[in-house]
Amino acid sequence: MDPIRVVVQNCVGCNLCVKACAYDAITMSGPVGAREGKATAVIDLVKCTLCGSCAEACKRYKAIVITRTTFKGQDVKAHSGICVYAEHRRGKLASVVPEIVGAARELQKDLSAPVSAILVGAGVRRYTEELLSCGVDEIWMIDDPSIGDFDEDVHSELVAQVLLEKKPEIFLGGGTVVGRSLLPRVAAKILTGLTADCTELSIDPSTMFLRQTRPAFGGNIMATILTQNHRPQMATVRHKVMKPAEKVASPAGKVVELKHIPIPKTRLEFLEFVEEKTSTVNLVEADVIVSGGRGIKDPKNFALIEKLALATSGAVGASRAAVDAGWIPYSHQVGQTGKTVKPKVYIACGISGAIQHLAGMKGSDMIVAINSDPNAPIFDVAHFGIVGDLFQVIPELVKRLENGT
Amino acid sequence: MKIIVCIKQVPDTTNVRINPETNTLVREGVQSIINPFDVYAIEEAVRLKEKHGATVTVITMGPPQAAEALREAISLGADDARLVSDRAFAGADTLATAYALSCAVRHLGGDAKAPAGGVDVILMGRQAIDGDTGQVGPGVAENLDISHVTDIRKIEEIKDGRIVVERLLEEGYARIAARLPVVLTVVKEINTPRLPSLKGKLAAKKAEIPVLKASDIGADPERLGLNGSPTQVMKIFTPPKPGGGKKFTGEPAETVGAFLTELAAAGITIRKR
Repeated sequence: MDPIRVVVQNCVGCNLCVKACAYDAITMSGPVGAREGKATAVIDLVKCTLCGSCAEACKRYKAIVITRTTFKGQDVKAHSGICVYAEHRRGKLASVVPEIVGAARELQKDLSAPVSAILVGAGVRRYTEELLSCGVDEIWMIDDPSIGDFDEDVHSELVAQVLLEKKPEIFLGGGTVVGRSLLPRVAAKILTGLTADCTELSIDPSTMFLRQTRPAFGGNIMATILTQNHRPQMATVRHKVMKPAEKVASPAGKVVELKHIPIPKTRLEFLEFVEEKTSTVNLVEADVIVSGGRGIKDPKNFALIEKLALATSGAVGASRAAVDAGWIPYSHQVGQTGKTVKPKVYIACGISGAIQHLAGMKGSDMIVAINSDPNAPIFDVAHFGIVGDLFQVIPELVKRLENGT
Repeated sequence: MKIIVCIKQVPDTTNVRINPETNTLVREGVQSIINPFDVYAIEEAVRLKEKHGATVTVITMGPPQAAEALREAISLGADDARLVSDRAFAGADTLATAYALSCAVRHLGGDAKAPAGGVDVILMGRQAIDGDTGQVGPGVAENLDISHVTDIRKIEEIKDGRIVVERLLEEGYARIAARLPVVLTVVKEINTPRLPSLKGKLAAKKAEIPVLKASDIGADPERLGLNGSPTQVMKIFTPPKPGGGKKFTGEPAETVGAFLTELAAAGITIRKR
């Protein structure tokens, strides 16, 4: 059976599905259906991505049916427990790890299954205390001096081996550069499903499957995804979206060392790490971000943004327009094709608020917009908006912040 | 050197809007484009060719109309292109897509005994702007059993089967050496793509774009399309519309003051500590 089909007798030829389809996969060229003289929808399977937008648009007529055919998978029942990937580098556990442990412990409430963590690397025992204090029940550790940081070649192989041996039903990693490189490789090794950059995770009460919800189309739509027949159900979780796990007073979890798993040879060679010099670049960790957009008009005016960043101990961000114009390096770009940030305060200066920019900063605790156009879409998401010329507003703001008035 | 660039034709999401009444995507007038990140991958491949001598083949998995994107890639300097297209690929998620592309790469390399079929470098953008997953690159590498490095901002050198790259990370970058063949995904910082040349445009017009079907690339039907896809979209919905908060209009001296007062009332300080 085709995975998606049109129920001709239900189709009224209304065209809603044609408009909803982002892939131009539907034409009104079928036989007459429910309404006289109206052709029905025909879906081009080669173009269709089964995204479901058309079925959603056709809710009223129920003329588009998507069949989720079952196919071979692993023995679902043989898997249990929730496992997280304990990413670390340069002597620190990644700041996303407490967040995914927090998400795992939330899921634990519905699944009543243990939360475990996979920890691999050289000298990683030092991270066990922090992991256990987050409420991890069991740490599956491979500690070997030959395992380098930044080596997804080796890490992915070891993680896959642990997953095959321990058989958790859920495996979560951070939506970081490393997580989004490592987990796809692991999923391709053990042939299971992986959902990228989830912003919401929950357990379906009837099937107990993991519901993985994520934005797509630059945040225009949200999709909920299931991995029904393959285990573990894998997902990367967007940084700074989930609440970090609350610390447990007396950690009761244990560390299990997996010494029998052989360390594979690597094909990668780590040469050096270069930290970006400016303190203003680490957008992902910053509490305050001051971003500039097209309204800045000239690269030298970014000095104004930097001043405000300095006055707020913030990091400097930018919209795609500013980066594409060559005013500031790409590493500052916030948005769909740049970084996703979630600071306590995000100050958008001269940024109109294209959906692609919003996709990268909508999760901020507080959004402040400074823009001369009172109808700019950025004001729709801003908690506080200042309508005015940023070349006057920012100096005034800096002055008051510095004077403490 | 043999280089393959994997690209994707995507709807230009910068122009996708939501109909406020029906809350659905408005697709009308939205063009299909080469995924923006993939344009940087094409440019980087052409630069490698200019520097080291290489053949650059561009492939995409998609419907017949995706051939347009391949022609555009040729106009940007690629030597030739293949369209990987078959009904059997319908409904593929990232796992099935990565598998199909890896079969195509091996097929195009032509040397069954060499890793990755004898292809040296496989380039693609860090993610596609419609799905935003970034999972296909690492998946292709795993299927070919070669290594991969994501988020490349610079290729420093290629020498004696070894490549040195800079990988963009959250707080800086790492310099990494990999052995060829390798899969690299690139970020925008890596180069500034050129515009199509007249010669390129003519070549694109003339180019034949052969279609590769599932059987041509020796793919296992079990692992293709919906059959080979463990993930399924269960529900699509539009995110709740943001409300918009308090707006201050007037002279900067007033608006800034009013804003700071409100901010303080909300218990938030932005002053440097």
